[in-house]
Parts: sequence; structure tokens; C-alpha cells
Amino acid sequence: MTSDLGSGGSAPDFGLVAAGGRKGHDPAPDTAEAGNVPPVNPSVTALRRQFPDGVLRNRVCAGDQDVVHIDSGRVAEILRWLHETPDQHYDHLADVTAVDHGGGRPIEVVYQLWSIPQRSALRVKCELPLDALEIESVTGIWQGANWLEREVYDLFGVHFRGHPDLRRILMPENYAEGHPLRKDFPLRGRFSRAEQTRRALTQDPEDYYMPGEIGERTPQVVASGADDGDEAKASGAGAGGEGEADVL
Amino acid sequence: MSSSTVEYAVRRNPEMGPHGKPVASPTEPFDAPEPELGSQTMLVNVGPQHPATHGVLRLVVELDGETVVSVVPRLGYLHSSFEKLGEYRTWNQIVTLTDRMDYLAPLIYNCAYVMAVEKLMGIEVTERCKVARVICMEMDRIFSHLLWLGTWSIDVGAFTPFLYAFQQREKVYTLHEALTGARITTSSTRIGGMMADLPEGWTKGVREFADNLPATLDEIDGLLTCNAIHVGRTQGIGAISAEEAVNHGLTGANLRASGVPYDVRKDRPYYDYGSYDFEVPIGCHGDCYDRYLVRMEEMRQSVRILHQALDRLPDGPMDVEDPRISLPSKTDCMSDMESMIHHFKLITEGIPAPAEDCWFSVEGSKGELGMYVVGDGGPKPVRWRIRPPSFVNLSAIPKLSEGHLMADLIMINASLDIVLGEIDR
Repeated sequence: MTSDLGSGGSAPDFGLVAAGGRKGHDPAPDTAEAGNVPPVNPSVTALRRQFPDGVLRNRVCAGDQDVVHIDSGRVAEILRWLHETPDQHYDHLADVTAVDHGGGRPIEVVYQLWSIPQRSALRVKCELPLDALEIESVTGIWQGANWLEREVYDLFGVHFRGHPDLRRILMPENYAEGHPLRKDFPLRGRFSRAEQTRRALTQDPEDYYMPGEIGERTPQVVASGADDGDEAKASGAGAGGEGEADVL
Repeated sequence: MSSSTVEYAVRRNPEMGPHGKPVASPTEPFDAPEPELGSQTMLVNVGPQHPATHGVLRLVVELDGETVVSVVPRLGYLHSSFEKLGEYRTWNQIVTLTDRMDYLAPLIYNCAYVMAVEKLMGIEVTERCKVARVICMEMDRIFSHLLWLGTWSIDVGAFTPFLYAFQQREKVYTLHEALTGARITTSSTRIGGMMADLPEGWTKGVREFADNLPATLDEIDGLLTCNAIHVGRTQGIGAISAEEAVNHGLTGANLRASGVPYDVRKDRPYYDYGSYDFEVPIGCHGDCYDRYLVRMEEMRQSVRILHQALDRLPDGPMDVEDPRISLPSKTDCMSDMESMIHHFKLITEGIPAPAEDCWFSVEGSKGELGMYVVGDGGPKPVRWRIRPPSFVNLSAIPKLSEGHLMADLIMINASLDIVLGEIDR
């Protein structure tokens, strides 16, 4: 097995790593990319028929789980169709998350859908290149997406267009070290312990009681590079930077 | 689907008590015409260090008099970046992280995680392991609901049910300790099996617990279900319709209280849940009182499943007999070289997972607990994601509580049954 497993090597290495890992493992069904395995869920066929150019590819993962890769520009349109078409009726958005494979590869935004009446599951994925981490919000379709998208924004830096309240959710709002679940984010954070402590001590708790928190909420502007401009916000820490829209 | 509606023993008129006696309802009409005084709203900070927030949740509440205008939850006080930590650990090492998320039902988290990884790796566990995990999960469902019941009753102002519930919880703690050596941080599952086989006499202890629990539930039922204060404070509070509940992503008892019979154990059965005889209780009003009734009934149904699982627990191996997954026994490791090398290689190299992703969800005590694991062919995950049921359930709290009184906000928060370790992760 190659040594750079955890760190995510460059893209050509990936195939080798994957092949090495499979060696000696159960002969799992080969999950070829281009739809060689017929989909389990009839929604995949219907989706391909409805959006011939919106659906990029589909595959079957873990034996019986259908994954559909779609054009990231049409995510709201396609998911709305899945939600509202009577035959599909994916009314339960189980999860929104993202996957960073590292090595400069695009970040995948993953929507896990479940249809309560049809009892069928579908996983929809969109790929976003690191220099254009922006996608349409689906809060207009499922209100439950609100916090899930905020979490993806917080931890991956994916900007959701049209989200009503796109702020950090798990990390503090003045967190300036970037987006922790990115592969290029070191486990211990970007700043030294001393710097992290200093920043924690200089926080003004009164900031968090500002009426502005409840009143007008301006979505933060997200830099669209891997090296985002969150550091710029650090200077505003403790100075009541709650509602600042343009921090760049 | 075999689901049943909970029968109410109580009239739903908030002005009337259980036997037609008038109840002093704490809920004043909200739509009373307000005189134009040009009044300002007031900001009240609830938590993060407040017992009624059930952890380190902070709610910034905007109040108009006593009426909640808006609620802004603030999270992250318990954030431990478990998902990031998981990317630096092998598949088996992650098990210890899972029970620290929901310390109220650690075994459900242990099981859900390994089930997802086993699905990803294409491992089929043994029959004994399946039934043992069902016992663990149902026991912890009761374990978690009992804590909810205790804190819920404290929030409503009743202290006795709390003591009764915690007396029973203590028995589950003892069973946890007998099974795993730890009372809360159980870490009992491994890929392809369990940490160890069930200890001797353990099933007898579980049976005793399951036998004794209904009497306690009856007692608490008698104290709360028809209690005028309890009824008055919870009926009609925090109601949400079925469509809205689904749209907000509510799952578990919170969704079923609104009348949607979605239970992962029935809709997407795992571990032969389809062959167990149990019912999914649903409510029809979607308010706090229905959530209470649904959870009370769920505990009784879990007792039924426990009895059936204990009856069918087969003999045989607990772990998968596959040298690529399961460790050799400690005695073998200490006595022959090959087993020791085998042990060493499994521990140092880990178990490789295919370069695929897998979503697996179970019916946790708080709702649909999803695990999303992405492998890259190596022994560590590229991504390990938990779909935290409490997180999504809590996101509906502004919708549920706006327009209610400040005191109702506490009950609504209690009725959602959240655990902050899992919300913040």
C-alpha cells in the first residue's frame, strides 16, 4: 500500500491507491463509472430521460445505492423536479454534505434524498471546482436544508446562492483560520496555539448579544479560492463585526 | 405498514382537564389586539449554561412582552471536530469517537457507524451479532428516552418522574458496564462484530430490565399523562403539521408526532427488523404533548422488541470469521507467531475500504441517524459524515416556538429531545 493514503495524493495517484487498497479484498461488484451497472432506483432512468444533459453520470455504490452526478448549475431545477414530480416525490432531504477528496480535485456537494411515500433513496452529487465554490441553495425546496447548508458553508466554504442566512454555524463567526474540513486544513488549525488563545481571549462576548444578530442579516461574502479571504475578517474580531457584509 | 395512532385518555381542550375539570391554562391568547405603545422588543439570552437548554445550547430570544418573536440558536460550544478527527484514524479507531457524540444512546451510535462501514466494505455480520446489536440499540433507545422523560418532567415542574426514570437508567448503565466496561463511552462495536461476546448472565440482566420497565412507565404515565399542569403546558404547544415537519427534515418521534409514520426500522429495515413484531406509534397533532405520548409508547414497543430479540438470540460466533477483518484471539496472539503478526498487521495497517461511498441510516433515539462514509481504498476514510438527527430537529425550533410564550419555548426545546454532543460534534 502506498504511503500517501491519508494525505490525498495528486489525481493520477488516486487510481493506484484505490487499486492497491482493493487488493486482497472481497471481490465487490465492479462499480464502473459510466452506468455499466444498471441503476436500482427507477428514478435514475426517469431523471436521465427528463434531464439528458443535466445528468452527467450515474453509478451504483455499496451494492445497491444509486448515485447521480448532476450539473452543478442546475441543481435547484433538478432537485425541485425530484421533489415535486408525483412519481418521484423525494420529500425528505436526509442530508446535505460535501466531500473534499484533496489534491486539488473538485469538492463534491452531496444531497441524500429519501421519498417517504415511495420508500426509495437517491444520492445526488455536484462537483464544484475549488476556484468556483458556489451553488444554488435548496432551502426554497426543503427548509430543512437551512442548517445543513450553513454547515457545509462553515466547514467547506461552499457558498450557497439564495440562502436566507448564510453564516458559520459550528465555528465562531469570527473564526479566521478557514474551513476546517478541507483537506488542505491542518488538523491542529492554521494558527499557533498561542495565537488561537490570544484570539479567544480578545473576543468580546457582547458582540453575540447584538440586536443585529436577529435583525438584518447580511450573508457573508465568501472568497471563491482555496485560500479564502477569511483572514481579513480576523481584524474585525471583537469589534462588533456581526453584520459586515463586505469583508474583503 | 403496521402503525397505530395513540389513543388519548385526555381531552384536548386546553381549558379543560382530564375529567372535564377546568384547568388554569398557562397559554393566554396571543392574538389579543395590542395597543400601539411603540414598545420595543427585548433580547433574552438563554444558555449556554442553563439546565433547561439540555446542554450547551444557546438561544438568543427576542421577546415582545412574554411572547417569543424570534429565536436564534447558537451552536458550536461543544464542537470537537469529530468528522475531521475521523479522517486521521483508521476505520476501527473511529468507533470511540461515535459514542462521544450521543452520550445518551452510545450503543446506537456505535452500531450505526460500523453498520455503515460494513455496508461499504460488503461485510455481512453473523446472526448472533445482528441480534446482539438489536438488543443494544433497543436498550439504548429506552436509555435515551428515559433521560428525555426525566428532564422533560423537570422542565414541566415535576421532579418525581425524573427520579423514577433515572432509577431505571442506572440499570442500563450497569448493563453497559457489564457489556463494555464503561458506563457511557461504550465503544462496544468493531468492524465485523463486537468488542467481545456478551458476558455471562448479561441477557438475564437485560430481560430483568425489560420486565421491570413497564411498571415504572405505568407509574410515570399515571403521574404525567393526565396531569393538569402537564396537559395544560404541552397540548397545542409547538405544533407542526405533517407537511411542514417533513419539509423541515424532522425525523424520529418529532416527525411521527405529526402523523407521518416514517420509521427507518419499518421503511428501510436493517437487521431483520421487518421480522420483529412491533408498532410505530404516531400522533396526530404534532404538538409537545403528542411527542411525549409517542416517546412513551416507543419505550413500550422497544421493550417488546427486546423480549423478542432475547428469545431469538442464537449461539455461535459473534465476529465475522474473516482474517482480513477480525482480530485473532488474545490467547493465540500470545502463543503463536502467526497470530501475533496477523494481529500486528491488522492493527497497524487497518482494514482497507473500497474507493466508494456509502450512506447508511438507522432509527436512532433522536431520529434518523445517518452515517455517510467515503473510502479511497485505504484504511482511513476520506470523509466520515454523521447526519445528526438532533441538529436537523433543532433547526425547526424558530418555526415551532415563534408566537408562543417564553415558558413554552422551554417545553418545545425539551420536546425535541436534543443532545448537544451530537449537534456540535
